[in-house]
Amino acid sequence: MKVKTIAENLGLKVVCGSNALDRDVTGGYTGDLLSDVMANSKEGTIWITRQVHQNIVAVASLKEHAAIILINDSQPTQETLEKAETESVPILVSNLPAFELSGKVFNLLSCR
Amino acid sequence: MLKFFNCDLHIHTCLSPCAELDMHPLALVEKSIQAQLDLIAVCDHNASANVKYALAAAKDRIKIIPGMEITTVEEVHLLGLFPTLEALEKMQLLIDDHLYGQNDEDRFGVQAIVNEIGEVEGLSDKLLIGATDLSIDRIVDHIHHLEGLAIPAHIDRESFSILSQLGFIDETARFDALEISKHKGIPKARLDYPELHRYPLLTSSDAHFLRDIGTAATRFLLSEPTFAELRMALQNFGGRRVQED
Ligand SMILES: [Zn+2]
Ligand SMILES: [Zn+2]
Repeated sequence: MKVKTIAENLGLKVVCGSNALDRDVTGGYTGDLLSDVMANSKEGTIWITRQVHQNIVAVASLKEHAAIILINDSQPTQETLEKAETESVPILVSNLPAFELSGKVFNLLSCR
Repeated sequence: MLKFFNCDLHIHTCLSPCAELDMHPLALVEKSIQAQLDLIAVCDHNASANVKYALAAAKDRIKIIPGMEITTVEEVHLLGLFPTLEALEKMQLLIDDHLYGQNDEDRFGVQAIVNEIGEVEGLSDKLLIGATDLSIDRIVDHIHHLEGLAIPAHIDRESFSILSQLGFIDETARFDALEISKHKGIPKARLDYPELHRYPLLTSSDAHFLRDIGTAATRFLLSEPTFAELRMALQNFGGRRVQED
């Protein structure tokens, strides 16, 4: 499933990286501890988090994540936006909390 | 002439909910002198009301640096050390505006403001154990604006540390030093974190109980135990430095 499909289905706002929305999503990971995400998430992941610090872009790019979704309408910082644009990491924003959003993404990914 | 001074730059008082009540400013000062420390920083969680009493209790018996252990929105513990009490009080104004919630003494502990002769002046009802909604970058900026030093606390710990919360330290970060917990110590940290070679490292007791004072300290080569000298040592100015072993 493409990042774009998930964004459309869940009504996510694309705040940057709109040129990379055709990436394939092969799984999901939810977490706010970047050390944990670095250790345990996989390539092709759509990563759900509340952290907005610019280090999220480096982690997503290092781990070759498909995209990042920020929960609870959290806004990325200016540095995060700039970095994500340079590194072509899509950042999407949802108004849902992590539990509900993870459930929806999980259902989407497993229904095909 | 330069000589070595024993410095513990991270000691809590009974204002921190997780610290014992016996950890009041006078007791903390007495114990630090007994432990042969030359310079200490008093750092409570998101609070600083006991620092002036620690200064009063110390008189000129031991040098005290006004500090605070600030919780950033990323839930990173960051030490801010300041040249003066006034600078710390300005930092506190910003923190007070960005820290929400009320303490629950039964769950988190009592937050006591105690004066220099050991009398309780009052209790803080702020949720000091909570996190501010300020980003680490914003807090570092404000510390520097007030001419203080910004030092991420216990970076090797698995909770509330910059490495647990943010994964790594990016090149654009402007920290003045990094604190290693006493369990790891500086020599082991140098081996574990080669990528952090450009940072001075220090270690502290992070004392919450009187018995913790003296369990860890960092030796600094300085001409006298002052904030200005400490800053120069972190920049390796004029032979001043941190002694790492
Ligand atoms: Zn801490
Ligand atoms: Zn502490």
